Amino acid sequence: MTQTAAAPPAIELVGIDKSFGQVHANRDINLAVAAGSIHGIIGENGAGKSTLMSILYGFYQADRGDILIGGQKTVIRDSAAAIAAGIGMVHQHFMLVENFTVLENVMLGAEGGATLARGTAAAREELKRIEREYGLDVDPDAVIEELPVGRQQRVEILKALFRGAEILILDEPTGVLTPAEADHLFRILKVLKEQGKTVILITHKLREIMAITDTVSVMRRGELVATRRTAETTVEELAELMVGRRVLLRVDKGPAAPREVRLGVENLTVRDGRGVTMVDDVSFAVRAGEIVGIAGVAGNGQSELLEAIAGIRRPASGTITLGGKSVGGLDPAALRRRGLAHVPEDRHHMGLVLPFEENENAILGYHGAPEYCRGPFLSLDAMRRDAKAKIEKYDIRPPNCRLRTANFSGGNQQKIVLAREIERDPDVLIIGQPTRGVDIGAIEFIHRRIVEMRDAGKAILLVSVELDEIRALADRILVMFAGRVVGEERPDCGEQTLGMMMAGVSGGQGASA
Amino acid sequence: MSRPFGQLPGWADYVLMPVLNLGVAFGISALVVLFIGESPWEALTTMLDGALGRGEGIGYTLFYATNFIFTGLAVSVAFHCGLFNIGGEGQAYIGGLGAALVALAFDQVLPWWLTAPIAILAAASFGAAWALIPAWLQATRGSHIVITTIMFNFIAAALMVYLLVNVLKVPGAMAPETRTFAAGGQLPKLGWLLELFGLKIGAAPFNVSFLIALVAAFGVWVLIWRTRFGYEIRATGISPSAAIYAGIPYVRLVVVTMLISGGLAGMMALNPVMGDAQRLQVEFVGGAGFVGIAVALMGRSHPLGIVFAAILFGVLYQGGAELAFWIPTISRDMIIVIQGLVILFAGALEHMFRPALVALFARAIPARAG
Repeated sequence: MTQTAAAPPAIELVGIDKSFGQVHANRDINLAVAAGSIHGIIGENGAGKSTLMSILYGFYQADRGDILIGGQKTVIRDSAAAIAAGIGMVHQHFMLVENFTVLENVMLGAEGGATLARGTAAAREELKRIEREYGLDVDPDAVIEELPVGRQQRVEILKALFRGAEILILDEPTGVLTPAEADHLFRILKVLKEQGKTVILITHKLREIMAITDTVSVMRRGELVATRRTAETTVEELAELMVGRRVLLRVDKGPAAPREVRLGVENLTVRDGRGVTMVDDVSFAVRAGEIVGIAGVAGNGQSELLEAIAGIRRPASGTITLGGKSVGGLDPAALRRRGLAHVPEDRHHMGLVLPFEENENAILGYHGAPEYCRGPFLSLDAMRRDAKAKIEKYDIRPPNCRLRTANFSGGNQQKIVLAREIERDPDVLIIGQPTRGVDIGAIEFIHRRIVEMRDAGKAILLVSVELDEIRALADRILVMFAGRVVGEERPDCGEQTLGMMMAGVSGGQGASA
Repeated sequence: MSRPFGQLPGWADYVLMPVLNLGVAFGISALVVLFIGESPWEALTTMLDGALGRGEGIGYTLFYATNFIFTGLAVSVAFHCGLFNIGGEGQAYIGGLGAALVALAFDQVLPWWLTAPIAILAAASFGAAWALIPAWLQATRGSHIVITTIMFNFIAAALMVYLLVNVLKVPGAMAPETRTFAAGGQLPKLGWLLELFGLKIGAAPFNVSFLIALVAAFGVWVLIWRTRFGYEIRATGISPSAAIYAGIPYVRLVVVTMLISGGLAGMMALNPVMGDAQRLQVEFVGGAGFVGIAVALMGRSHPLGIVFAAILFGVLYQGGAELAFWIPTISRDMIIVIQGLVILFAGALEHMFRPALVALFARAIPARAG
């Protein structure tokens, strides 16, 4: 990793080290990012990517090590110092004032005086210039909450450029985008690069790394284990570097053998608390022995659909049947007793009670089952014995059923939920975002378990915003847009077809997001 | 990943934090004492000597502590469910009505050990009944339980004054109170317990209620950490959305939890009504319902912590009375200021020093390791 080029690298990190208590989040990191390049940083959850970027952006101070910006040693105490040093950050969750216009958001913190008039005029000029230069195409007077997510993200980029960023850090930028929006983002990043800006892209999606970066660094357990020229590496090599062993990226599964209908949904309509229709007259069926995937950009009614089926949300109209019998109006506990298991989308707020011990979470929802109780008392012995068995079977780490659940990594937390739901041997399994925030090693394991469930003759409904995951697992794909099922496809159909359906474009026109 | 590593080691959380809070409260109290021209050291020794120096003082300290154990437990059970029961005061007041009615009915026919269980049931169910309406409104209508339980404190106070003045008062007597219970309505003192330690109880009203309070504390521990219902209480209190996912019935859970909480508050009345005054008096609760909030906070809603915190507040109450007696310039109001400071730092400002302490530990631990 020696830098011999004449021009100094845009950013150079030398021996960065950071610990939180006993957690060694960054260990002697050395990294040089060449000016005018797109540099990817990949790694599993907890590998230290976010910590490293937070140090760069001044949220944390490194315990040891130096940051060199354009060859100059720079101390970054806070985000203001980072901005002054020419570093801009686009966060995964946007930091925008929802009911302000684009211009107002961009100016925020740089108003230029007590009265806004002069500052506004100057800012408008500058904004126009930036938009022209980088092809960003955002109306300065549009209100943020009325813009689609992809454009909101462009406002974040504008904000950074407006403040004179030469180095742009993007944290998981495509998580909320449709495939077409993601493509547009990549085009913008390429323009930025041509104009001499330096881009650092943090992601866990290997395909994006291959598509757009010039160089890529892999982090694992706080260490920077490798830096490669993207052209000289492969997806397989990167995955292996991330996990530390060979991983199977493809899901091995035979053809489905669907049998009778286990879960039926007819004319289901669900409204949220404000009366907005989130699921609009949706009908479908899931048969024993098949996986039905629901694709869609987050927020198009998938969550509400899952919650209605699981008995958490009361539908406005329509029927839901389990094994041919109507189960409308039953609560989640009654549905569980009838053989419905639910892996919720949000394990932090639904699937787990984070401060609980692992063994306590391993019975959540089934805590009334006779094997865990003696009269009104919980049988701690039975709970812990059971938890230990699941920990072993699902390779949950650390193997300690008395540990607070919050102290497990995302992948292991997800395994706790999956073990709980799958080991009850349900007839119908509904799963939301099975691998959100889960590292590659665990993804492989989780996918295999889901396919095993299918092969054992279970009916599985799978909701995921990861198109690759849906395509790899599902036997049939339903696409949801604006609360409706807009179409059904086979998993081997083109990604573009699905992408357009997800964006609400029907027919063969190209998406213009 | 970006989650702050804001956890303290257990000993710092359970020992260092309370000691630190208490130290600051005493420190500021010392300044107040200094300001009025008295010696803080003398005040402290007078207070500790009055509360813990002799058998009688210890008897009084534990008598007060008994009240606080009950009300502290009441607050903590609701806390575990994410509910803030401010109504301990009113629930205890109404609980006193239940205990007194039983004592008045049976004190001349039954021995105390038969009256007591009936009185416990009556005190608990009267207290629980007083929590029922706020609980129901919270569970089904979302009316905030802090507001409704405060309101019910006032209703309880008005109701009890009406009953004591118009219904329960001894005809011809001046004081708004019931007749004195006969021996069958009195809880015996625990002189023998103090004698085991070579102490004399003197006039202190330390009575069997203390043992009932300890049993209640153990019962709460079993309920919260060993039963299915306690599991549901904790799940709901920590994560209401996860509880709904798990199919835990919210309305039933909130109502039953508040009934238990109100019942514990109601049982507090046994101590002053049947253990001390042997009659029902106006305002016998004397703020113990509110002190219970501070006790529960300081005791981390754990029964063992609550027992210790209750004894600490017992020391403050008894020691404060002695202090006002021996150092006349430190008036009764002064004592209330000192008690208020302890409540402020140990209760309300419980988390004031936490961030700094967490930062300190985060810095200290890698330094030690490296």
